[in-house]
Amino acid sequence: MNLAGRFQQFLFRWRSDGTAPLRLGQRRIFIVPSRGGLLFALALVVMLLGAINYNLALGHALVFLLAGLGVAGMIHTFRNLFGLVITPGRCEPVFAGQTAFFPLALDNERSAPRLALELAATAELPIEAAIASRGKTRVRVPLPTQQRGWLALPRVRLATRYPLGLFTAWAYLQPDMRCLVYPAPVTAPLPAASAAANGGTQHGAGGQEDFAGFRPRQPADSLRHVAWKASARDSGDGPLLIKEFAGGAESELILDWQHTDPALPVDTRLGMLAGWVLAAEAAGDRYGLALPGLGLAPASGDAHCQRCLEALALFQP
Amino acid sequence: MSTPARQALDRQATPWLFASALVTIAPHVLHQAYWLSALAGLLMFWAIRLWWKDERLPGRWVLFLLVIVGCSGILIEFRSLFGRDAGVAMLVVFMAMKLLELKSQRDAVVVVVLGYFLLLTHYFYSQSIPTGLWLLFALWLVTATLIRLHGGPASTTRASLRYAASLCLQAIPFMLVLYLLFPRISGPLWGLPSDAHAGMTGLSDTMSPGSISRLAQSADIAFRARFSTTPPAKQKLYWRGPVMEQFDGTTWRLHDNRGTSPQLETLSAPLRYEMTLEPHNQRWILALDAPVQLPEGLNASNVLAVTQRLPVTERRRYELAASLDYRFNVDEDPRALSRNLALPPGVNPQARALAERWRNSDHRPSAIIGQAQALFAAEFTYTLQPPLLGQNGIDEFLFKTRRGFCEHYAGAFVFLMRAAGIPARVVSGYQGGEFNPLDGYLVIRQSDAHAWAEVWLEGQGWVRVDPTASVSPTRIETGIADALPFGEPLPALVQWRADWLRTLRYRWEAVNNAWNQHILGYDPQRQRELLSRLGLPDTDWRSLATVLGIACSLLVAAMTAWTLYQRPAIDPARRLWLTALRQLARRQVDCAPWETPMAVAQRVREQRPELAETFQNVVDAYLQARYGKSNNNLNALREAVARLR
Repeated sequence: MNLAGRFQQFLFRWRSDGTAPLRLGQRRIFIVPSRGGLLFALALVVMLLGAINYNLALGHALVFLLAGLGVAGMIHTFRNLFGLVITPGRCEPVFAGQTAFFPLALDNERSAPRLALELAATAELPIEAAIASRGKTRVRVPLPTQQRGWLALPRVRLATRYPLGLFTAWAYLQPDMRCLVYPAPVTAPLPAASAAANGGTQHGAGGQEDFAGFRPRQPADSLRHVAWKASARDSGDGPLLIKEFAGGAESELILDWQHTDPALPVDTRLGMLAGWVLAAEAAGDRYGLALPGLGLAPASGDAHCQRCLEALALFQP
Repeated sequence: MSTPARQALDRQATPWLFASALVTIAPHVLHQAYWLSALAGLLMFWAIRLWWKDERLPGRWVLFLLVIVGCSGILIEFRSLFGRDAGVAMLVVFMAMKLLELKSQRDAVVVVVLGYFLLLTHYFYSQSIPTGLWLLFALWLVTATLIRLHGGPASTTRASLRYAASLCLQAIPFMLVLYLLFPRISGPLWGLPSDAHAGMTGLSDTMSPGSISRLAQSADIAFRARFSTTPPAKQKLYWRGPVMEQFDGTTWRLHDNRGTSPQLETLSAPLRYEMTLEPHNQRWILALDAPVQLPEGLNASNVLAVTQRLPVTERRRYELAASLDYRFNVDEDPRALSRNLALPPGVNPQARALAERWRNSDHRPSAIIGQAQALFAAEFTYTLQPPLLGQNGIDEFLFKTRRGFCEHYAGAFVFLMRAAGIPARVVSGYQGGEFNPLDGYLVIRQSDAHAWAEVWLEGQGWVRVDPTASVSPTRIETGIADALPFGEPLPALVQWRADWLRTLRYRWEAVNNAWNQHILGYDPQRQRELLSRLGLPDTDWRSLATVLGIACSLLVAAMTAWTLYQRPAIDPARRLWLTALRQLARRQVDCAPWETPMAVAQRVREQRPELAETFQNVVDAYLQARYGKSNNNLNALREAVARLR
């Protein structure tokens, strides 16, 4: 850690806040004049000089009243954060490349509302929140993802300038929150019916014989299955449609690490597996997963799909 | 303001900015050039229209062109872009123009800060109570705008205004502390622009027919005086202003008096009084005749005109004293006497002839003065609307028109005296005043402006003779409102005779005077007095800064403590329940915090059976209020608890 980093560490005493609800105390809240505040202060100095020069009694009074307003504004800006209770929530997994959202519940126990709160895990994606008097609100702090695996919520900056905008008060929150990031699915055709070798077939949805209707395309669906005409007819900006057939034999697949091209990088191979999992799930197949050192027996359903994706997300080759 | 989305200005917030601009610009309409108000109004109207139609704001070039137009207009009007009035005009134009450039939150903040700045500029022109109140209102609105800007739509109109009021109220203690303790620096820090003190009324340093009657049509207050004892009778109140010794046929002028100091022999005990002089941008102080024991900084010339070194450009207080009976310059310099006998050659031959006749019939000065007074008393009319006079003005006045105001009488009288060989001169100033019984101040207005004469008599020195007193004795004894017939162009304020109106006026003026004395008149001197009364004598700016720092820190600490101390939210049902438990404790039934209401009821049944039924009602009502379905059970609980007492 560089010197500035160490200094910040010392000054702000960054440390994890755990998962418990957290109440903002005065030790956590920092406050400095904002740019508008500096402009205001400059205007006050010029006004004071003017009042002195022209000996304006009420000019003095006005400048002093405005100075008092600035001080009161500072305390109220601090007050806008002070005593706020933040409770971390549970985070839904996302695919790498999507934005992860970390839910936080903000609880205002005061009778005055708290307006214009800004939360940001990264400077690029701030979100705003306002809590009514004695109210509660839920916010979802966005964070872009790149890598599969666990994504811990970094330090969140909770800032406000309300009411007068002359000061910026902020606090750093570091609740123990993490989001599972699945590998970004790579669209690839499902491995051929080697699956059938593994046993009995059942009749059900997702077959390939009788046309049964359309369904929206999912990332793992091959472009070859897109019903282009129907998609064009349907609407310009809707998702592409896939023809669905009924009555096919429901096969049992084993999605195997070995079936992916070993020349590809690990993450791409995992992405292909993730795409297969999604495609198989969408097709209603029973599928299993075979990774080096890990195997998941064929099954289907949401829970199974998530288990598979989690295994892929956390896979260590 | 990190992302473009946040920087953009909320459309619903814009009307707030229009309102702020309007309330901060509006009072300037009263005194600035009409075209400036029209330009500002037009720009604002345009901005509002664009907002209403949700159209695009004008481009950079249009704004640039507008800046050029505004600046050149100001240059033509004021011959400068700087200075007080030009500066204010620039601020007004920029404020109006900024409304056409409201794109981001930052522009809006600039409008608000400009608004605060514009508030200050109003005090250049007026610091009266109405101005103060209007500006307080404007401050409130501008602050609410700031809150609305930062709070977003969640901050409703009502909430913004309430919050702004609360913040302004919380700022007031700081203002008071700073106002009282901030080290006051008197005097300008840098050279004031030449227009800094424009537009002040008062006596001028010349006198010609019409100059005082014009002034007397103003009800503006010239100064106030407060005597430590009861004020003397009105006819003794001659407030001495510039003394004019040179006459060119129409206009009386000052003579440059230097050197010798006046010899004043007082015949009565000095009368002490405090004078609060309104600014009139001249050097003279209208001291009561004859001024004695001048405070430091004031000088009396050898014609007994009291002056200070610099013009009076702001309201000032003086501690003065006067001796109403005096002998002045009994041994006058012969040069001064000959100066006061000089007359321009050729003019007013009839007046000269008349003086000659008087002198020939009886050469004693008292007889000549008596002749003149008798002349005025017989056939002359006292009026604010005298006819215009030509080349031989005094002749026309004496023998033809015979209507005039005090400057006509004083001028003609002095002319006659000089022609008759008596040294005489014109003294201008104010006469009388109105006593306000509510605050004990004597108020002297411009309408009390007056001119009288002074003649030099052997052995008596300069003696005041007021020819107006011969024409209209009521003018001197009761005041101008009674001396003039109805229909003269006197200010309405002075003419009000109805008692309730007069009382109202007295009250208003007393309030104004208190405002002037205690709030506007708070200067380094008063600050020192106040601090020494608080037990801090001999303060310099260092000790002041220390006291100020301590006071402000205490205020901040108090506000912070108030913020940190947050009462836990407690619901009303629980509060009533706790009241009930306190009632039980008074009857020796103590309850542990973990006991449920049911358990407490059980214990009451065992320990105080006579209370059991009443308390059971409380428990039922409490459980109903806290856990029942309907939420309107509080009253039942409240009644049940009340019965417990």
